[in-house]
Amino acid sequence: MKVCELCEKLELELLSGENSLGNDIKGCYCGDLLSWVMSKAESGDAWLTVMGNINSIGVAVLADIACIILVENAPLDADALKKATENDIAVLRSSKPAYDIAVSVSKLLGD
Amino acid sequence: MSSLQLHFDVDGEDFTRAGEASGSIKRTLKELGLTPDIIRNVAISVYEGEINMVIHANGGMIDCEVLPDVINVLLRDSGPGIADISLAMQEGYSTAPDNVRDLGFGAGMGLPNIKKYTDEMEIYSTPGVGTTIRLKVYIK
Repeated sequence: MKVCELCEKLELELLSGENSLGNDIKGCYCGDLLSWVMSKAESGDAWLTVMGNINSIGVAVLADIACIILVENAPLDADALKKATENDIAVLRSSKPAYDIAVSVSKLLGD
Repeated sequence: MSSLQLHFDVDGEDFTRAGEASGSIKRTLKELGLTPDIIRNVAISVYEGEINMVIHANGGMIDCEVLPDVINVLLRDSGPGIADISLAMQEGYSTAPDNVRDLGFGAGMGLPNIKKYTDEMEIYSTPGVGTTIRLKVYIK
């Protein structure tokens, strides 16, 4: 599933990374501790988090994350938005909690 | 491909710039045409080292050498050192301060992640002198 399809189906707000909407989403990972994410998330995962700081964008870049989904309307700070734009990282946002989004992603991915 | 050397100085206590060395190494390895898995392993390992230097050691130095069959990374700092390396290597053990934890760091996964994503890892540390980590990721 492409990031743009997920964005449309879950009515997510697109905050950055228009050029990465064609990324393939292969799985999903939820977590807010950055090293934990780098240890456990797989390349191509949609990453659900409340961490909208510049370091989250760094982690997404290095760990080959397909997109970040900020859950429960978590903020994306100005430095993070700048870095996400520079690195073409798709950052999406939802008012729903991580659990709800993860369940929806799982259904859409068909497992 | 002959050898390629990269050197970076890491600023201490600047979390907005942490990730510059690992990001730059990632771009270089991509340009060299290495596989995504190898690039990811090196990039995450260097980032963890970089973050440790910023959190604990007021910065440090990173050297990366790309050879035809291996990528060597040397992480050096003159920070407070690690008194008990086996404890620091345990998942979940962290001495990071609260302000750093608020940013999402300090999960106690940094050194274990470096071990996980590299083929060889050697760590030398002397309290009051600093820490040196040597890493190898093989190009298979």
